[in-house]
Amino acid sequence: MTDDPKYPRPGGDPKRDPATLESYVDKEDRSQFAMGARIPTESVVGIEEGAQQSARTASLWTDAWRQLRRRPIFVISTVLIIIMVIMAMFPILFTRIDPRACSLSESLLPPSSEHWFGTDIQGCDYYARTIYGARVSITIGLLVTIFATLIALIGGSAAGYYGGWTDTIIARMTDIMFVIPFILGGIVILSLFPTRGVAQVSLVLIILGWATMLRLVRSSVIAAKSADYVDAARSMGGTNWRIITKHVLPNSLAPVIVYATITIGAVISAEAALSFLGVGLQLPAISWGLMIAGAQARILTSPHLLLFPGAFLSVTVFSFILMGDALRDALDPKLR
Amino acid sequence: MGRYIIRRMLQFIPVFFGATFLIFALVFAIPGDPIRALAGDRVLPETVSDTLSERYNLDEPLWKQYGIYITNVFQGDFGIDFRGRPVSDLMRQRLPVTIRLALFAFAFEVVIGVGAGILAGVRKGKFIDNLVLISTLIVIAVPLFVSAFLAQIVFGVKLGWFPVSGIRDGWVSYLLPAMVLGSLSLAYIARLQRTTLVENLRADYVRTATSKGLSRKRVVGIHALRNSLIPVVTFLAIDLGALMGGAIITETIFNLPGIGRAVFEGVQRQEGTVVVGIATFMIVVYMVANLVADILYGVLDPRIRYD
Repeated sequence: MTDDPKYPRPGGDPKRDPATLESYVDKEDRSQFAMGARIPTESVVGIEEGAQQSARTASLWTDAWRQLRRRPIFVISTVLIIIMVIMAMFPILFTRIDPRACSLSESLLPPSSEHWFGTDIQGCDYYARTIYGARVSITIGLLVTIFATLIALIGGSAAGYYGGWTDTIIARMTDIMFVIPFILGGIVILSLFPTRGVAQVSLVLIILGWATMLRLVRSSVIAAKSADYVDAARSMGGTNWRIITKHVLPNSLAPVIVYATITIGAVISAEAALSFLGVGLQLPAISWGLMIAGAQARILTSPHLLLFPGAFLSVTVFSFILMGDALRDALDPKLR
Repeated sequence: MGRYIIRRMLQFIPVFFGATFLIFALVFAIPGDPIRALAGDRVLPETVSDTLSERYNLDEPLWKQYGIYITNVFQGDFGIDFRGRPVSDLMRQRLPVTIRLALFAFAFEVVIGVGAGILAGVRKGKFIDNLVLISTLIVIAVPLFVSAFLAQIVFGVKLGWFPVSGIRDGWVSYLLPAMVLGSLSLAYIARLQRTTLVENLRADYVRTATSKGLSRKRVVGIHALRNSLIPVVTFLAIDLGALMGGAIITETIFNLPGIGRAVFEGVQRQEGTVVVGIATFMIVVYMVANLVADILYGVLDPRIRYD
């Protein structure tokens, strides 16, 4: 713990996140976690290709993959996520009904064989709208997670690897973002935009989301940095860039991937919550959060308005959390 | 330890000013002229709008407005809202609601969360363990506003067990919102408690205690449990701060007049002073909670040395 006086936060910072919560690793454990990843020994493999083949296949990732394929949780969540992604990309495969073709004479019908999920106040087919709602959720979830992870990887490895002033400045910026409650930041920043589409909502969620991830990258980079193979690489004359990209980052990636998977679910949930509060996406966008907001006043007479988008939203978030869970179990050798 | 606390307090300062300035700058960058928003459809005479913008320092540059504002905050003056009422009065009036809500939620998650975690950890792999794991996962997956909504309909309207909204029924009205607000943290706590207990039950000192002939009750209840509570207690400390943020959604849905709903209404009405005042307060609570968690960790676990 002594090498890291600025962040004596031994539980890993995203304490509110199930991934890091469960593998409650302190710094010492995390270095084991990182070192559990075998160093890619290219040169050795080059010399004794045949003999080293088995050692190579036993890398953390192949090992994890072999374990994952057998986990029902992983298989179920993967299937669900694939269905949701297909739904987002090609909603036409699931319904031929236009979600925007509505007739007021069919307002608020209960579920029937003609309208599987019933109709909303405007008389739009609710099944079609629920299907089309997957698109914004998945898009925002992936977009935000990818960009937040990129920022976290760049900033976190710079802070963790170089230390000193770089670390101090990045750490203070992270601290500032970290103490602003997520929903509060969301409603304050989003209300600045008079019109809010996928781009604006994503941007705001990226702004609010990178800090936690950056702390995670930073602490696992610090753990990986002090490993012997990094000293070895440096003594062989490896440049900083090479050491970071070839040794430090690959070995600190496992917790980041787990966290990123769960973040996709969290972002989807946050988007829906903000849209529900009326500061996220705006009509005529089709979003589960907006559909649930529209259900609010008519919940007693038409409960299907809440149930279907609520169920789709929950299942999507659930799948990503499950997948992150399975990934963590597979990638953390300590739990085997 | 003392040196560590002082150093952490000093680190507070830039983070506090940074975060509050960020919120201040964002709020006062909300497009639209607040004075015109206040006037509504009427056209205000020039002199009135001039007086108003002078009173709220709207003509000064942003950093200077922030400087004036934060100096006043340190003297307990959070400014006045557009109805001329001091924001500190509003907070004093709204805060008890949120504190009551947070305390109920906190009690709920401590009792049920820690209890479920211990049960699951002791009976690892058994039915109760799987039940806790799956049910907590479901609670984590269902977004807070959906579960709040569902709870309101099912328990409030359909079954009639709890008041639907508002606080007119006294402390009973806080029960349902508190359970919803605490449910997410409850799930995290149960899982955290289970994991750390399982880890500790595998530890060498537990094997030693068992081989010394201590009863299982004593080994689990005293040796393993005490150690497994350390991360849980630190999590709880942070969570008390985080509950304030979650209160925004819960108070809005259940129509509780707490600071969470006040800040949301403030954003909608573009009442900058209300938003910044409550945000500043929430940030301070959150920072203090984090500090307490860090210190607790060191106090409870003597292996952690800060200096």
